Amino acid sequence: MATFFGEVVVAPSRAGLDEEEEAREETPEDREIRREIEKKREIDVLWTWKSGGCAEEPLVCSRFIVAIGRNAAAFLSSFILDSVCWEVVGVVKLWNEWCRTSSTTNVLPTDSFCLFYRLISDPTVLLCQCSCYVAEDQQFQWLEKVFGSMQKKGLQVTILSTCPVADYKTQESTLTLASPFLKALKTKEFQEQVCCPLLEQPNIVRDLPAAVLSYCQVWQIPAVLYQCYTDVIQLDTVTIEAFKPLLSSEVLKSLAKDASESTKILKKFLTTSETHNNIYI
Amino acid sequence: MFIPCDRGGGSAAPDFKGFTLLMPAVSVGNVGQLAIDLVISTLDMTKVGYFYTDCLVPMVGNNPYATAEENSTELSINAEVYSLPSKKLVVLQIRSPFIKNKYRPFCETLLSWVKSSQCARVVLLSSSHAYQRDDEQLLGTPLRYLLTPDLEEAVGGRMQELNWKEMEKVAAYPGISDTDKVLHIPGGGITKLLFTESCSKGIQMAVLLKFCSEGDNIPDAFVLVNYLNEWLQLIKSESNNSTDVSSQWKIPSSWRLLFGNGLPPALF
Repeated sequence: MATFFGEVVVAPSRAGLDEEEEAREETPEDREIRREIEKKREIDVLWTWKSGGCAEEPLVCSRFIVAIGRNAAAFLSSFILDSVCWEVVGVVKLWNEWCRTSSTTNVLPTDSFCLFYRLISDPTVLLCQCSCYVAEDQQFQWLEKVFGSMQKKGLQVTILSTCPVADYKTQESTLTLASPFLKALKTKEFQEQVCCPLLEQPNIVRDLPAAVLSYCQVWQIPAVLYQCYTDVIQLDTVTIEAFKPLLSSEVLKSLAKDASESTKILKKFLTTSETHNNIYI
Repeated sequence: MFIPCDRGGGSAAPDFKGFTLLMPAVSVGNVGQLAIDLVISTLDMTKVGYFYTDCLVPMVGNNPYATAEENSTELSINAEVYSLPSKKLVVLQIRSPFIKNKYRPFCETLLSWVKSSQCARVVLLSSSHAYQRDDEQLLGTPLRYLLTPDLEEAVGGRMQELNWKEMEKVAAYPGISDTDKVLHIPGGGITKLLFTESCSKGIQMAVLLKFCSEGDNIPDAFVLVNYLNEWLQLIKSESNNSTDVSSQWKIPSSWRLLFGNGLPPALF
């Protein structure tokens, strides 16, 4: 393809091809390198309720709420989670080019982490905050290792995530849209009311939220994904508050905290993110 | 692996014995996938299952073939199977790219499913970089076909009748005159791998491909699906005068806004 200035460039294909490498037969050295990289990129899900020696029984789970991304995770921190009613039961350790998580459970909202919490009064309610980026070759592993530890009968899944409003396809320009706004996608088995309009064609969802919802659709688990389209990439209270309609849903209304406490926590997020944004003292 | 949509009690798993499996390669311009969209949309095919795999990038969205409010809220994932028993046709649609190093595992899983479900043959729709054509290929039709030896016996004659052009082999080392000729499908994604594996496994496979470049590939999809129709006769021409069925393919609702949103009014 020739550009305006006449130089020839290789046009990247939308089909995302990388055939040269795929077509080549692997030498033993290549195979060794590939295995080492795969091992490094393996993710570990460490459940605290599992003791090493005895046979591992699956966790009985009736409700699984997954927040993917910083703002979704912060929504759960502000409006649902606290140290009294919830206990940490698991952590994901992973590494990829974008982030690394550790097995520590003492985290800041701006850290990369993936933690699992259980409601002490009802241990079948599980919650996950995943603010780290799970790469495309790790998403399937995440699904198998997390859902693999659960008994899926009677399970319902709620997923919260955010994405840039620039990705939203609509007849109008995205500049005129009132963002942030929520859109939902649900699996065939999900029968409850959704708290916002459904995501219209031709919009799609990618990455871990899509992986979780696909898993639920294939294995016939009732699940709903709430996607918040926002024009702010970092931690932002307006984006976090855009998830508030979910507090009236069947799943979350019994779990919601006191409103005043939520406001206090939100204020703390505001100061954290402001410090982050300042490049001038 | 194939997971049927309807499981449990009364309904039996769908039976694809003797069916033709039609599928795309994720290739330059996504032409195969666009052509498959046209087939599914026009023939109003029913979704019968998912091809659940860790080889493709995950994605979800609402029904891309929605025609009304009622059918617009069914969730679709990255690899789904549709069927039309009246034409003994089963279609696999792939909606996202392959994850690195997953070409070979996908081919193996797919071909073992073809064998276990006893599909009669596989038709792969694909494309190849137009800029890599040699002088001869620049002239004449941009469409090519390939047949595995097992299918060559059955339908090779039909291809001759249709006056189709077989994909040429190229020199393994261009410029050096007496080298072996090899099959080279640049931009074809898994096409070459699937084809060579099918040859060695005795699977009846046909590859139909078009030379094209990235851009607005909708016209390429129409050309490719018409090419397919010359052979499989999925839709019959409605007019008596011509065999051109281009206007009869139904564009799915998900093809809207392929090149971006509306413009901000403040621009003008």
